[in-house]
Amino acid sequence: MSDAPVMQATGLQRHYNVGGGLFQKSRVLKAVAGLDFEVHAGKTLAVVGESGCGKSTLARMVAMIETPTEGSLTLDGKPVRAEDWADLRQSVQIVFQDPYGSLNPRQRIGTILMEPLMINTKLSRADREAKAREMLKLVGLRPEHFDRYPHMFSGGQRQRIAIARALMLDPKVLVLDEPVSALDLSIQSAILNLLLDLQERLQLAYLFISHDLSVVRHVADDVIVMYLGRAVEKGPKAEVFDAPRHPYTKALLSATPRAEPGAEKERIKLKGELPSPLSIPDGCPFAPRCWKVQPKCRAELPRLRGQPHGAACFFPENGTYPE
Amino acid sequence: MPLLRIRNLSVDFATASGAFRAVDAVDQDMETGEILAIVGESGSGKSVSMLALMGLLPWTATVTADELSFDGHDLLNIAPRARRKIVGNDLAMIFQEPMSSLNPCFTVGWQIKEALRSHLGLNRKERHARAVELFEQVGIPDPEKRLSAFPHQLSGGMNQRVMIAMAIACKPKLLIADEPTTALDVTIQAQILDLLADLRRDTGMGLVLITHDMGVVAETAERVSVQYAGQKVEEQPVGALFATPHHPYTGALLDALPERATEKKLPTIPGVVPGQFDRPAGCLFSPRCKFANDKCRSTPPPPLGADMGYARCFYPLNANERIAS
Amino acid sequence: MDDALSTEAEMVHARPGRLREFWFYFRENRGAVIGLWIFAAFAFLALFGPWIAPHDATAQFRADTLVPPFWQEGGSWKYILGTDPLGRDMLSRLIVGARYSFFVGVVVVSIAASGGILIGLIAGFAPQWLDSIIMRIMDIILAFPSLLLALVLVAILGPSLTNAMIAIAIVLQPHYVRLTRASVLSEKQKDYVTSARVVGAGYLRLMFITVLPNCLAPIIVQGALSFSTAILDAAALGFLGMGAQPPTPEWGTMLAEAREFILRAWWVVTFPGIAILVTVLAINLMGDGLRDALDPKLKRS
Ligand SMILES: Nc1ncnc2c1ncn2[C@@H]1O[C@H](COP(=O)(O)OP(=O)(O)OP(=O)(O)O)[C@@H](O)[C@H]1O
Ligand SMILES: Nc1ncnc2c1ncn2[C@@H]1O[C@H](COP(=O)(O)OP(=O)(O)OP(=O)(O)O)[C@@H](O)[C@H]1O
Ligand code: SF4
Ligand SMILES: [Mg+2]
Ligand SMILES: [Mg+2]
Repeated sequence: MSDAPVMQATGLQRHYNVGGGLFQKSRVLKAVAGLDFEVHAGKTLAVVGESGCGKSTLARMVAMIETPTEGSLTLDGKPVRAEDWADLRQSVQIVFQDPYGSLNPRQRIGTILMEPLMINTKLSRADREAKAREMLKLVGLRPEHFDRYPHMFSGGQRQRIAIARALMLDPKVLVLDEPVSALDLSIQSAILNLLLDLQERLQLAYLFISHDLSVVRHVADDVIVMYLGRAVEKGPKAEVFDAPRHPYTKALLSATPRAEPGAEKERIKLKGELPSPLSIPDGCPFAPRCWKVQPKCRAELPRLRGQPHGAACFFPENGTYPE
Repeated sequence: MPLLRIRNLSVDFATASGAFRAVDAVDQDMETGEILAIVGESGSGKSVSMLALMGLLPWTATVTADELSFDGHDLLNIAPRARRKIVGNDLAMIFQEPMSSLNPCFTVGWQIKEALRSHLGLNRKERHARAVELFEQVGIPDPEKRLSAFPHQLSGGMNQRVMIAMAIACKPKLLIADEPTTALDVTIQAQILDLLADLRRDTGMGLVLITHDMGVVAETAERVSVQYAGQKVEEQPVGALFATPHHPYTGALLDALPERATEKKLPTIPGVVPGQFDRPAGCLFSPRCKFANDKCRSTPPPPLGADMGYARCFYPLNANERIAS
Repeated sequence: MDDALSTEAEMVHARPGRLREFWFYFRENRGAVIGLWIFAAFAFLALFGPWIAPHDATAQFRADTLVPPFWQEGGSWKYILGTDPLGRDMLSRLIVGARYSFFVGVVVVSIAASGGILIGLIAGFAPQWLDSIIMRIMDIILAFPSLLLALVLVAILGPSLTNAMIAIAIVLQPHYVRLTRASVLSEKQKDYVTSARVVGAGYLRLMFITVLPNCLAPIIVQGALSFSTAILDAAALGFLGMGAQPPTPEWGTMLAEAREFILRAWWVVTFPGIAILVTVLAINLMGDGLRDALDPKLKRS
């Protein structure tokens, strides 16, 4: 395996114009405000953060559903531009959170699985079907499921079908937007096993989006912590979880309930709530809620510093930057 | 006398394809000031059993029970008028979806004052003062201003606090919180759970916490009842449940937690929760249980004693010697 | 992990089929079932009317003009529901007339629905400006009283049953456009449509294969309801002399022809009126049942 990343993003941004009715001027919402990352074959890059911090927007940009407002994305070293989407589509596929909404209720499983091949390849019907059946087996479903409709399946089975569809075109990168958040605990572990197993077999690169830290801790190789459209911390999983640098990461970790009754832990209480993405404060976006805040934080925007484990904070936890 | 006593509660729904048992022979006791967590997978009847208690199920549901008493009132054969006096007053509930439980057409202040008016009969001034006081109590900053906000102008966490404020407006003896934090972020979840725990401490109310998050259970509850496919399969104090689960389902569920994983491959529970069409004859967990034998598959196990956490299993885990009866 | 699913095969089998479930909910609605039966009878008459009718619908029995129904004095079993001023048998005309009403319904609904669905799909997928133009045009059509507009159209095209049908179809079409566009817009948000886009589906495929089948339920209900509107409007145009022309035994035209005899011979106006009323009512009842059975929101409880 070469060390060159399959996918690389630099300064990725996505803005939306919101409001803008008859009497209002529209305002710019920076859903993603500058992200850099690399995804490597066979590795998982996890993105965590609270609701509304721009995780799904990032997923949509990577999966070529939306064009970045600014910044660039490269796939295998080649730039991804809107004109080339049709050709590059096959390399990046996506799995959504809601297994009930992501399968067409009027199509049979077989048709759902064969559709990508029908659109993108010139395979004969028999070949398509053979490939679809093989994929069905790979994700742990049974051959007789081929002719059934999605409403006959449970949430976990549907998520398997969605994964199977995403894999039909042999992608290199799989974007997983909260793939297990809607599933029960007992189903979740089976899907996570399946994903890890597939990654190993097919050397897939995963962009794994989740708000569940215990899941991320289990699957990730590298982690990005997002806050209001920005990466506030980025680094190898073990370091981020064991020695978080950014105060937000630390608060997030301490707020996550652990399934250990009576375990002693100090919880960092955050003041207030996520500010509206329309009125992100100047300076550090986390400053209004931060317990370490100093005047400097309100005046100046901290940049993400430190490699491979960096944080965007002037007063990081766990030591200063190794620069 | 316990605050809440449920014996053999069952709920059946009439559906397109015949009757469907959503809650099956559930027993539950609850003392004043206690925090009981009910955990279980989606569809295991957690919400329905509590809605049955409140008398809020649709007409397609048939509720049967040997006993359903709350604070000395028999809720099973109570007149609708008398029930309305108790429900919302002494017995309050926070519903699963904070956004859809508030009326989008009215300000949150109007809604909470309306609740105060109908239950306590306060006059306008008293209502306003009480509403402000409640908002302060649940940690809503700037309550005077927030009273005139509409639900869509507030965040999910704020709306959830408004719901809690409305629920505790009449100082209930028992508060049922149905997944109060599932839709919220962990930092907000921590705030809400702290808030509920503080309220319990200050007012001495009992709290039933419905959830499927084992972490929340471990950090908040005192006693845990595990439901599976409509049945209560186990009940233990929280520490004991996590240390020595007795029902194989509880054991498997705890093993499946990613944070307890020791290797990359997580232990799984094969199969899915039985639905309307494939309810097993014997133990409901038998198709997925790794210890199941013919007896499990043919005979439904009755609940064991308190020492075995009332587990509905012939072969409970962590028993010093396996009881084969 | 393959064994993980071995237990589920039976479960999938045991579920009731879609059709059975549909019938369960449809059956719940008493009126809808009655409506369905009446509609079935109506359709049967429309198909086989001329063979069932006791007389030829246009044959004029000059000796027996304005004979009352059999139970009235002067009536006879030969003309069960009596005859009209030209001596034609009422019952035969009504039975054969079912064919025209049915034909009007089928043709109007087909034209209006196919045109409306197509325009609605385009509006749902089009860029904002085109969408706005289409919807404003539809709003303008809807702003006219529908019968008036149909009248104007027939006046331009010339009075005949065909032109009446075209006019009614044009008037009914905006309802389909709105309905289709609304369901397209809500379906378009769903992840399965995004998934189809991610695997590279083009606009045509998205419109017709991915989205359209999922929008059909409300359109079917609308189809049933506008079937009755079409019959009613065609009868009204016929009554105003702008639809089917005599001697066609169309119910509305029959009413118009007999207008002047309303005081002397009640049956010549009453029976065509009742025929229209019963048919329209039955179809509306059936449409309500269809909506109950197809609307997933009502299905939940
Ligand atoms: N099409 C759009 N138009 C305007 N604003 C949008 C649009 N899509 C997303 N946003 C806004 O961008 C921000 C980021 O949204 P996004 O869906 O990426 O968040 P997320 O991190 O995925 O949240 P969640 O965890 O709730 O899924 C939100 O404030 C959202 O309201
Ligand atoms: N009105 C109803 N008609 C028919 N079945 C119903 C109705 N309400 C609930 N059910 C069924 O009853 C069962 C139990 O539902 P319940 O809402 O109690 O689950 P839950 O344990 O609260 O799950 P969740 O974690 O998803 O909230 C489910 O299988 C559900 O489909
Ligand atoms: S920069 Fe300041 S405000 Fe921002 S996280 Fe660090 S300490 Fe807190
Ligand atoms: Mg999202
Ligand atoms: Mg529930």
